[in-house]
Amino acid sequence: MQRRELLATVAGGATIGLAGCASAGGSDGSAGPTIAEETLTLATTTSTYDTGLLDEINAAFQKRYGARVDAVAQGTGAALETARSGDADVVMVHARSLEDDFIREGYGINRRDLMFNDFVIVGPEDDPAGIDEVGEAIAAFEAIADAEATFVSRGDNSGTHTKELAIWEAAGVEPGGDWYREAGAGMGEVLNQANQSGAYTLADRGTFIAQRSKLALSIRVQGPIEDGPELLANPYGILAVNPAVHENVTYDLAMAYIGFITSQKGQSIIQEFTVDGEQLFFPEAISADPDFQQYVPEDWEPAE
Amino acid sequence: MIALEPTVLSLLGAFPFDRVYVESIIYVSLYVSLTAVVLSTLASIPIALGVGFTDFPGKGFVIAVINTGMGFPSVVVGLLVLFLVSNQGPLGPLDLVFTKEAMIISQFVLAFPVITGVTLAAVTSVEDGVRDAAYAMGGTRVDVALVTVKEARYGIATGILAGLGRAISEVGSVLIVGGNIASADGTAITRTLTTAIQLEARQGRFDTALILGAILVTIVLSINAIVLRLGGGRV
Repeated sequence: MQRRELLATVAGGATIGLAGCASAGGSDGSAGPTIAEETLTLATTTSTYDTGLLDEINAAFQKRYGARVDAVAQGTGAALETARSGDADVVMVHARSLEDDFIREGYGINRRDLMFNDFVIVGPEDDPAGIDEVGEAIAAFEAIADAEATFVSRGDNSGTHTKELAIWEAAGVEPGGDWYREAGAGMGEVLNQANQSGAYTLADRGTFIAQRSKLALSIRVQGPIEDGPELLANPYGILAVNPAVHENVTYDLAMAYIGFITSQKGQSIIQEFTVDGEQLFFPEAISADPDFQQYVPEDWEPAE
Repeated sequence: MIALEPTVLSLLGAFPFDRVYVESIIYVSLYVSLTAVVLSTLASIPIALGVGFTDFPGKGFVIAVINTGMGFPSVVVGLLVLFLVSNQGPLGPLDLVFTKEAMIISQFVLAFPVITGVTLAAVTSVEDGVRDAAYAMGGTRVDVALVTVKEARYGIATGILAGLGRAISEVGSVLIVGGNIASADGTAITRTLTTAIQLEARQGRFDTALILGAILVTIVLSINAIVLRLGGGRV
């Protein structure tokens, strides 16, 4: 991406000029082969970005490889759409069914399991739908629908939204009516809205913990990390955009990024990343047991 | 880090976030919007003069299109520019998506009709007598145009300010085509004041969002004050 290199240089120089101090940039002019000065575009979800995890990972990646990572934070659906049109080099998302479609259509390759956290059902302290005793996701959603307690949905085709719709379907509820609000917004915004209107919502644990101190909401149904139902598991995957479909992608750098983030170093950054002293994401890329399912769609079977 | 500009920048140091982050956001906002407005102005004034002082079939329609463009939703502009600069679009090979250049394109599209529309109104209201006098004194078409621009300068300045206000305060199109990117070390790449406010609000950090909002208002106010002073209070 020659043009972006130039832009980065110009912008960097001007920023330094504006700041009035010559800070040492990440890209020094050291000799030898380097992929410094290149830019990798990462399309990702708001949950990884808003928690601050990506800044830690990307700073470490930039330090090691000298290449800048431009992270565009969108919902999972929008992130995959950006990658479909070849505007991103690598995608980090959390909706296996959408990732599988993406792989089947030929846009994504070399998917790796990256990390997981879980979803939690959060709601106001007075718990108007009485789901505290339920302790189970499907029944909790049924109770919310029965009580017609206000529920704020992401409504943005994100990974969290996909999970939420799957739970409604499992509960046999067609959500609608005054109590069900589609926000069409990111996780942080939806938590704010739920907070303002004393509503329930489905949130990823990471974003909820990161914002918890500003919210009058608390966890009503735990996810699997705290022994909740497995249905609320939230696995993240990372995929490279297929260079056979989009010639312009920086595929080698994308694979370097996937390699870095699934390496001991990358995984330990994820392991050690905490907000308010609480771990948000759990690495799962490093394993001695072969797991072929991470590379292909979940129901994929080799042709006989 | 030593504050080299003790007045404004040391104030920034007191804010609850990184100085480099805020400064780079301000830089991106100003760079993108000022560039877009300068380019729009260069395109708008000749077109406004051309439309204002020639009669051609469909002139009313052109003016209607310009006036409609003044209120064109910025997200729609963002979407159209995204199609233009995306890898799949006609400008795909230039690799402009998620860059400041793409943001300049979309803000150009937003500011252009505003500046053209207001300039058009200003130059057409210059009295015929002024132009006739310029002709009578042997002026060329360029001379007449310059005289007209000079007469209409306060109106044109208002148009440019309105265009700048529209560009620097819009969030829809820069979010779509720019991607609201900041690098991991906290330097804004395509993050403007408006998209940063949106991000901070999304994360529930309303205090930071409000401070960024105050900075944005201050910048717009300062630019207006400067132009007002240059115009001797007549803008």
